[in-house]
Amino acid sequence: MISVTGLTKRFGDYVALDDVSLEVPDGSLTALLGPSGSGKSTLLRIIGGLESPDVGRVVIRGEDQTSVAPQRRGIGFVFQHYAAFKHMTVRDNVAFGLTVRKRPKDEVAAKVDELLEIVGLAGYQKRYPSQLSGGQRQRMALARALAVEPKVLLLDEPFGALDAKVRADLREWLRKLHEEVNVTTLLVTHDQEEAMAIADQIAVMDHSRIEQVGTPRELYDRPQTPFVMRFLGPVTRLGETLVRPHDIALSLDARPGSFEAQVARVVHLGFEVRAELVLGDGEEIEVQLPRGEADELELGVGDIVHVRSTALPSALRVPDAPVPAAEPDALSA
Amino acid sequence: MSATSLTGPRSAASGGSAPAGGAARRAAPAWRSTGALGLGVATLWLSVIVLLPLSAVVVHSLDGGLGAFWDAVTSRQALSALRFTVLVSLATALINVIGGTLIAWVLVRDRFPGKRFVNALIDLPFALPTIVAGLVLLTLYGQRSPVGIDIAFTQAAVLVALLFVTLPFVIRSVQPVLIELDTEMEEAALSLGARNATIFRRIVLPNLVPAILSGAALAFARAVGEFGSIVLISGNIPFKTQVSSVYVFNLIESDAPTSAAAVSTVLLLVSLAVLLAIRGLGRWGARHDR
Amino acid sequence: MTVDRRWQLSLRVVALAYLGALLFVPVGLIFYRTFEHGLAAVWESITTPAAIHAFQLTLEVTLIAVPLNTLFGIVMAIALARGRWRGKGLINAFIDLPFAVSPIVIGLSLVLVYGVHGWFGGALANAGIQVIFSVPGIVLATIFVSLPFVVREVTPVLKEIGDDQEQAAATLGAGAWTTFRRITLPAIRWGVAYGVVLSVARCIGEFGAVSVVSGKISGETDTLTLLVDKRFSNFDLAGAYAASALLALIALVTLLAMTTMNRRREEGDT
Repeated sequence: MISVTGLTKRFGDYVALDDVSLEVPDGSLTALLGPSGSGKSTLLRIIGGLESPDVGRVVIRGEDQTSVAPQRRGIGFVFQHYAAFKHMTVRDNVAFGLTVRKRPKDEVAAKVDELLEIVGLAGYQKRYPSQLSGGQRQRMALARALAVEPKVLLLDEPFGALDAKVRADLREWLRKLHEEVNVTTLLVTHDQEEAMAIADQIAVMDHSRIEQVGTPRELYDRPQTPFVMRFLGPVTRLGETLVRPHDIALSLDARPGSFEAQVARVVHLGFEVRAELVLGDGEEIEVQLPRGEADELELGVGDIVHVRSTALPSALRVPDAPVPAAEPDALSA
Repeated sequence: MSATSLTGPRSAASGGSAPAGGAARRAAPAWRSTGALGLGVATLWLSVIVLLPLSAVVVHSLDGGLGAFWDAVTSRQALSALRFTVLVSLATALINVIGGTLIAWVLVRDRFPGKRFVNALIDLPFALPTIVAGLVLLTLYGQRSPVGIDIAFTQAAVLVALLFVTLPFVIRSVQPVLIELDTEMEEAALSLGARNATIFRRIVLPNLVPAILSGAALAFARAVGEFGSIVLISGNIPFKTQVSSVYVFNLIESDAPTSAAAVSTVLLLVSLAVLLAIRGLGRWGARHDR
Repeated sequence: MTVDRRWQLSLRVVALAYLGALLFVPVGLIFYRTFEHGLAAVWESITTPAAIHAFQLTLEVTLIAVPLNTLFGIVMAIALARGRWRGKGLINAFIDLPFAVSPIVIGLSLVLVYGVHGWFGGALANAGIQVIFSVPGIVLATIFVSLPFVVREVTPVLKEIGDDQEQAAATLGAGAWTTFRRITLPAIRWGVAYGVVLSVARCIGEFGAVSVVSGKISGETDTLTLLVDKRFSNFDLAGAYAASALLALIALVTLLAMTTMNRRREEGDT
């Protein structure tokens, strides 16, 4: 229902988006996931009409909206730092879109009360944003965006400014809200756990391009590029291939396809054990084992063991390029 | 800019704000270096230099008794001067509200060659002696005006002089607020369907109002007491272009210090009222900040 | 909000027109009128004995008033930002008074204290000290009007940087004076500098209060600003312009200093 094709955007010399195309299905919750500077916020803002692309098209519900002003796109936008109208009460904030459309007073009041109920801020009508916590402000911002019944809901790192616990709670709450309200939602985040936990579909972005689009499961199990694999979970390199640490089997004796390694450190993480090993060529790798297994093997520092991949052949990575050196952060997307 | 330090929430907070930490916390090292002795000496300095003389004005104003005070303050000329002073100062404040906000907007949101230069020049009325300002305006808008505009010895001349000296107040008061204004608020309003005029009216302006009013109050206070820039161009015609400060000056020169003190006391009260208003505005403006 | 082009242009034109008519053109005109008759005439005009004496007096008064108020300003700023005592609101209001009170009232107030019929009039006369109609009066008036600048610039700086660094210095063994000298003072130096520049400009530019207090005995109690007024009253227009141009030049230099410092402060050059 949202379809962007061939979007390119430059800010001066800096290329924020490079020929980006994406389909967002109706009613889905799609995450744009990537590190800072990957272009995800720019993409979101172009879809919302807050920026315009140099090249490319934005089609929403079949209509070309590329040069349509944000006021007329029927979108709701939620910002990382809430963008609360700090001089207005919670009620006036949520009612804003409706009063702009000159809806009758009682209709507005009813809608505001209903929405505040949905977001769990019933009774807060007369408070001011400065009297609310961060999480509450963001819920108010959501209510405000939903008040105008948008066709599309756009969220730009909505939980970025909140503490970990609040973030986790709010993320779950957002998923439930989505299932109740069912508006097509596009969420920008750099937190892969967040994306994996609540999105129907994830578009992974890096350096102004989309690397891969798929369900969380697809991306995790069948990553198409080393970047995607690394971004979505821990990765260990065995020889020529990339494997997940939990797909590595440890044995005391050599097996077909196994590599020799020496135990450098054994870390007990409660229910599982992480073994840090050094391969023959000096490379350091990590293996995750359940506790029972680790006990059976009686791993000690200095032991020689053998490791091999137990991932499915189709999931084995092709030889990957050498890991690039850390690059300085570009402007955050 | 010193003017804005009177207007922003900072200054409101600088009075009576409790520092962090409980009573058990040791006094800050810098405080201990100057300590109570420093404060005492500084307060003494303030008292001798400022408070002592100003209180002399109030006291001396009653030298001839309450009757004489009242007569001095309500004489035809005194009242005429006061009325004119207040009216022209209000007009100055009003024009500054509109013009100053507009200029501040252009300086913050617009881009054109030489903007930095223009921005720096705004502070010139702060730095230029008032008598020079008066001479300058007389040259341009007086009898030998190169542009053919002669408003010397008129009430308009007083207004123009006051507009010059009060130019920076509203501008410098509004600029920082405009710069700090969260553009995301405007974008949120955009996304909710508001057009520019609505966004300005309901989002931008309400956040600027405290700063605008503070700047206007400062401009008003300055205008009420202004002397140097007016004295040349207005002609000081009693009952027409004479402002209270000039009237007081005349009283002093004609050796009527008690009457001068009486009218001055009235002016002092106006100044104090405006000062309190500005502090209140500062606090009001910061009420939604967190 | 992105204002559309037409509006943007109109606003810009109105703003620049207002500034032009009120600010740019008048100031430009002063320099033009001054140098209309050539550089030599101007130079002569500002090097007459009266002019030189006025310049010296202005300088002298400034050099007394500014350091005293700077010292006051720093001490008071520390007291306001770091100390804990009651009456801050009142003191703050009093410090703002020189901003809000008319210069004529300021002049009168000094006359009423230090003049012949003033509170200290008798005592001063007996001691043979003349304040009003003499230099000390001008000094007092100038100190009065320039009092708030340093304290108003330094107090917010002190509040903003907080006393963490000072606390750290204390834990490392620095005594109160050392902490002040090596931590606090460097942190506030731009605030102090800016306040000093503003004070100097104010001192040089004061007119109303010194008008009342000086008695205008030419050559003795004329500051530069009073000189402009005197020359104008004596129909020496060229002379008035010349002195004005000098003052305007000083003002522009002040402006330059202010702008440069502002930029430095914004770039965090502490």
